[in-house]
Amino acid sequence: MAKKKFVVGCFKEEAVLFPAVKKVRTAGYKIHDVYTPYPVHGLDHALGLRETSLHTAGFIYGITGTTTALSCISWILTSDWPLNFGGKPHFALPAWIPIIFEFTVLLAAVGMVLTFCYLCQLAPFLKKHHFHLRATDDYMVMAIECTAKTNVADLKAFLENAGAFEVNEQEAETQWWLGTYDKDQQLIRDTTIEIA
Amino acid sequence: MHLKYESQLREPLVYGEKDFHQVTEDICRPIEAKPSKLWYVGFFIAVALLMFGFYSIYSEVTYGVGQWNLNKTVGWGWDITNFVWWVGIGHAGTLISAILLLFRQGWRTGVNRAAEAMTIFAVMCAGQFPIWHMGRVWMAFFVMPYPNTRGPLWANFNSPLLWDVFAISTYFTVSLLFWYSGLIPDFATIRDRAKTKLRKKLYGIAAFGWTGSTKHWQRHESLSLVLAGLSTPLVLSVHTIVSFDFATSVIPGWHTTIFPPYFVAGAVFSGFAMVQTLMLILRKVYGLEDYITLGHIEAMNKVIVLTGSIVGVAYLTELFMGWYSQNKYEGYTFWYSRANLFSPYGWSYWGMMACNVLSPQIFWFKKMRRNLFVTFFMSIIVNIGMWFERFVIIVTSLYRDYLPSSWSIYYSPTIFEIGFYLGTFGLFFTCFFLFSKYFPVIAIAEIKHVLQTTGESYKEKVGGIEAMQGEEFAHDYAH
Repeated sequence: MAKKKFVVGCFKEEAVLFPAVKKVRTAGYKIHDVYTPYPVHGLDHALGLRETSLHTAGFIYGITGTTTALSCISWILTSDWPLNFGGKPHFALPAWIPIIFEFTVLLAAVGMVLTFCYLCQLAPFLKKHHFHLRATDDYMVMAIECTAKTNVADLKAFLENAGAFEVNEQEAETQWWLGTYDKDQQLIRDTTIEIA
Repeated sequence: MHLKYESQLREPLVYGEKDFHQVTEDICRPIEAKPSKLWYVGFFIAVALLMFGFYSIYSEVTYGVGQWNLNKTVGWGWDITNFVWWVGIGHAGTLISAILLLFRQGWRTGVNRAAEAMTIFAVMCAGQFPIWHMGRVWMAFFVMPYPNTRGPLWANFNSPLLWDVFAISTYFTVSLLFWYSGLIPDFATIRDRAKTKLRKKLYGIAAFGWTGSTKHWQRHESLSLVLAGLSTPLVLSVHTIVSFDFATSVIPGWHTTIFPPYFVAGAVFSGFAMVQTLMLILRKVYGLEDYITLGHIEAMNKVIVLTGSIVGVAYLTELFMGWYSQNKYEGYTFWYSRANLFSPYGWSYWGMMACNVLSPQIFWFKKMRRNLFVTFFMSIIVNIGMWFERFVIIVTSLYRDYLPSSWSIYYSPTIFEIGFYLGTFGLFFTCFFLFSKYFPVIAIAEIKHVLQTTGESYKEKVGGIEAMQGEEFAHDYAH
């Protein structure tokens, strides 16, 4: 598969990372992604990412749950097999509210989590390229995509000037997020730093 | 300098000189080290209890529900008492992770992971009781509404017992999803620092290939917030629906409209007590005193004294209504079967009052709230009291029906009922021991998120800001 080249810079503090993101973007480089050990608030805006619509999806799943539960129960108890419970009405809406509510929550939650996993390509046994193993520990790792025009040496110097304390070059397959850890990839997975 | 700032007046949530790496080290240490002898001892006791539970269930399934001492009027005894008790305990985790997230309570980050785990295990234990109580448990799938060849005869959607099926299973599923989605980044942390192949592989599977990408974090935050928003009414609905099992009936002692809020408050009360019991042991054994601080313990004790008092008001309201309604049967249940110490089950009512209403009042004193021994002792007392509460509600309302000919003999459990209850303790602690060994017991990423605003050493660094003049502060820090 086609491979892409990345220049990777590591940061330790938010206060250094944010100005660096701004500098890199104004200089016209394409930030592939920034990997952080915890959710850094505002970083998505700094990177120019749009808001996620995951909550809208959740709302749609929830509404689906409400209508499914309501229509199923009312069909079952009024037309498919109407039972007489002490002469009470067949269409007993107040008594159905608990189940309708629970089903709404169930569908919204399950649907959102599955959508989240799908969008982020998360699944067991999935192996991805990790630019730096300490991105899940204490480093904030910025990966910049190199094009044919990019002068790698310049970019590295630029990143160091912007405050990155460790800069290196890596290659990753274009569809690395769905890739497997075969032997080729073992090479690029190995970063320069030993994990303490 | 961090980009956010929190006043020094607030107690730090993380003590000691910590950076992000140190947080990872501290929380991953128990996972990467060999378990202690004490862990093995505890684990095998738990497994032994679980085996005893299996034996009790085996006997009950083989010979029928007659193995239990349930009788003509006491049709629900220890089984449903234990069910409600465990479900109640299973409320604290989601309350901590969801409601306190919405209320922006920073201290939840230290305890939410273990509390959520506790919730999930408690709900697993709770679920056992109604299932095995069915007797012919191989027919359990009849509660599922699916097109069938029996008519199709559907489940009764108007029945609170079916609402319960939906409520508990939804609650379990949503809690599990919430818990696991929070665990994914932490599993990735363990995976990326793993030194053995097996650990790398297993945690790699569990981490779902998490990388920490900014976009993924953005979605993760959105997911957590919406799941918290969904779980908040859910956690309130679950014990409300459990209370409907009683409140929608016409049994004196059950037929009261105060049940939903009273049950929810009681559930939070017992849940927090169980969290305290487990946290006090966990922080000591794993040396996590810097993360689960006295401030955390105190905050939970405040919730305990609040909910304990709400429950107390509910007990008194019930007594008042038993008299005010001038209904003979209500009066008999509340004033004879319960409040009269010398009636057959009077001891359970006064045990409940002493444990749930009187003793937690000690937490009005700050010294007591911050005393570990008092807290540990009280956490046990509260859970005994909450067990009594469910026993009181169920048994004292049932053992004397309207006609004296329907008064049953004194109900006391058989060894199989007790064994079943002990078995669920085995299940709970087996799961909890495994969790505490193989899972990050504190949410690593969430602690890192609040570390630079609430950590002790960071607070000291920014201390000077508080002495600044208003305009200077506005110019430099407030935007």
